[in-house]
Amino acid sequence: MTATAPAPAPSPGTKADDERLVKTSPLRKLMGRPELGSVVGAVAVFLFFAIFADSFVRAASLSTVLYASSTIGIMAVPVALLMIGGEFDLSAGVMVTSSALISSMLSYQLTANVWVGVLVSLVVTLGIGVFNGVMLTRTDPPSFIITLGTFLMLTGMNLGFTKLISGTVSTKSIADMQGFSSAKDVFASTFTIGGVDFKITILWWLALVVVATWILLRTRVGNWIYAVGGGEMAARAVGVPVNKTKIGLYMGVAFGAWISGQHLLFSFDVVQSGEGVGNELIYIIAAVIGGCLITGGYGSAVGAAVGALIFGMVSKGIVFAEWNPDWFKFFLGVMLLLATLLNHWVRKRAEVTK
Amino acid sequence: MARTRTWVSIALAGALGASLAGCSSTGGKRAEDARKAASAQGRAAVDTPRWTFAMVTHSGDGDTFWDIVQSGAKQAAVKDNINFLYSHNAEAQQQAQLVDAAVDKRVDGIIVTLAKPDAMKAAVARAEKAGIPVITVNSGSEQSKAFGALTHIGQDETIAGEAVGDELNKRGRKKALCILHEQGNVGHEQRCAGVKKTFHGTVQNLYVQGTSMPDVQSSIGAKLQADKSIDSVVTLGAPYADTAVKARKDAGSTAEVDTFDLNAKVAAELKDGTLGFAVDQQPYLQGYEAVDLLWLYKYNADVLGGGKPVLTGPQIITKDQAAALEEYTKRGTR
Repeated sequence: MTATAPAPAPSPGTKADDERLVKTSPLRKLMGRPELGSVVGAVAVFLFFAIFADSFVRAASLSTVLYASSTIGIMAVPVALLMIGGEFDLSAGVMVTSSALISSMLSYQLTANVWVGVLVSLVVTLGIGVFNGVMLTRTDPPSFIITLGTFLMLTGMNLGFTKLISGTVSTKSIADMQGFSSAKDVFASTFTIGGVDFKITILWWLALVVVATWILLRTRVGNWIYAVGGGEMAARAVGVPVNKTKIGLYMGVAFGAWISGQHLLFSFDVVQSGEGVGNELIYIIAAVIGGCLITGGYGSAVGAAVGALIFGMVSKGIVFAEWNPDWFKFFLGVMLLLATLLNHWVRKRAEVTK
Repeated sequence: MARTRTWVSIALAGALGASLAGCSSTGGKRAEDARKAASAQGRAAVDTPRWTFAMVTHSGDGDTFWDIVQSGAKQAAVKDNINFLYSHNAEAQQQAQLVDAAVDKRVDGIIVTLAKPDAMKAAVARAEKAGIPVITVNSGSEQSKAFGALTHIGQDETIAGEAVGDELNKRGRKKALCILHEQGNVGHEQRCAGVKKTFHGTVQNLYVQGTSMPDVQSSIGAKLQADKSIDSVVTLGAPYADTAVKARKDAGSTAEVDTFDLNAKVAAELKDGTLGFAVDQQPYLQGYEAVDLLWLYKYNADVLGGGKPVLTGPQIITKDQAAALEEYTKRGTR
């Protein structure tokens, strides 16, 4: 909440004491960043599995971990921005599935080039984001309730429309249609570095982090996002377009859902209509592990990406370590809790030394 | 707001224009329509009164398997002049309430799954008391008779798992991975336990998050990378087989992928040798037979199975049978 709070006005005539002019060392600056704690957590988790899981520190294994992290991270980054803006989106998980279903079924039913479906899906998915944003800014209930409604509606529509249109609960394969291979190149291909295959979702993930960080730190919109999350009334009073900012943030989440959805479609050819439920929580968890405050106004895109990385490392690291699978969820919980506590502790220390 | 509206309409117009212009000359609905040259419309084959049967399953939303069961039941209902009602809930308590609702509606027959038998006991007993015949399908072969059902139609999960173990032995496999996509599902545990029972090699279980395909893929990939000696992967549902194939490719593993249940993709991949074999419990048959046997009971007091479960599986499907079944998987009945 205090990340962007303006410095108190200096008393006139005491130029030398003006704290705005005091040079802060780069180390100090680093210590003040919201993602610092999560980076320390990520390093700890990495070292832990590097020691306890033989096959963890292999290029191919790291590629698998990065893939798992990227599929979470693509959503965690825009979800984090939304959380910094003080809102939630519980519909984010199923929106991914909706987005994939729209492209697949539209292309199939019209026998159109699959790029047509992909573009229409972008428009419709952004539309869902706008719906969330407009519903929130025009009515009174909290985003928790509004997006819960959207979540349920989308879950039902995913199933209902798929059954209505395809006759079954999964879509038909569109792998033999025109445009599929080029779309697959964009959303679900692999690239090779030093003999190791990496998924393209990793690049999407990095690109989103860069864009989101730029927006947050270098643009006016970034200031609006922090201001809206920090105190809506105050932000409105100083002329921040609160409603527009919030609608934009929901559209950002929708955009992430579109990328994830297209990845789902083009890497698995067929989309199951019941998928995606529960993933919204994982995105929120990743953002929180990455240092975003649930109350809004504080956090970063890099932090959310690192949060996704921690989640990816832990969930796959347990598999690499070959621990008893019956306890998988338990281990996951313990590791996440430890990573988050370490994160929290580091941040507290950083604030003390400031 | 006005400007937003303009943008939205431009985007919509653009999308529509693009969809008219950008047609695909391969695949799609047009190809499917061409395939469906002439399929007869279902019409009742009997003139018995229009009875109402209710089917209540433990299926989750959007489950491909239960979709096929439903499809079989509906086909039989059309033929037998039955008014068919379907409802489902993955929570045992909710499922029991749905059975209660069917009893309250005074339907003429109830088909129910006993995935969590204890929770269903009272509801089934209530149906018996109301004089409504009950047939159990899919799960609950041990409890079916004790609960007073006419017949049980389904596959014994342990036997199905054992069949997989035998088939793996035949293929000379040493180390198998059993992929469970729903933690805590009794049937899933029984299948993997069945594999363990007959397989001479070792079996490891792996839990994955079934609602997220990327998670399934990266988890299987991670496991295959961690243990290079795994030479076979067994998935418990058809949609996960293809994902396991992708994970195998990621991990650079040569493990054979085998699966329970069929779908169009599995049939195609069996045909081209990507998958080793599939164990089919013929879900279409479970739905179809359940309705048909209830009808036979109402019409002729016939009972099948002599108090023992009527098994619909396991049927091992390999490359040889896959070609013949591919067409049926495409129309959603296998």
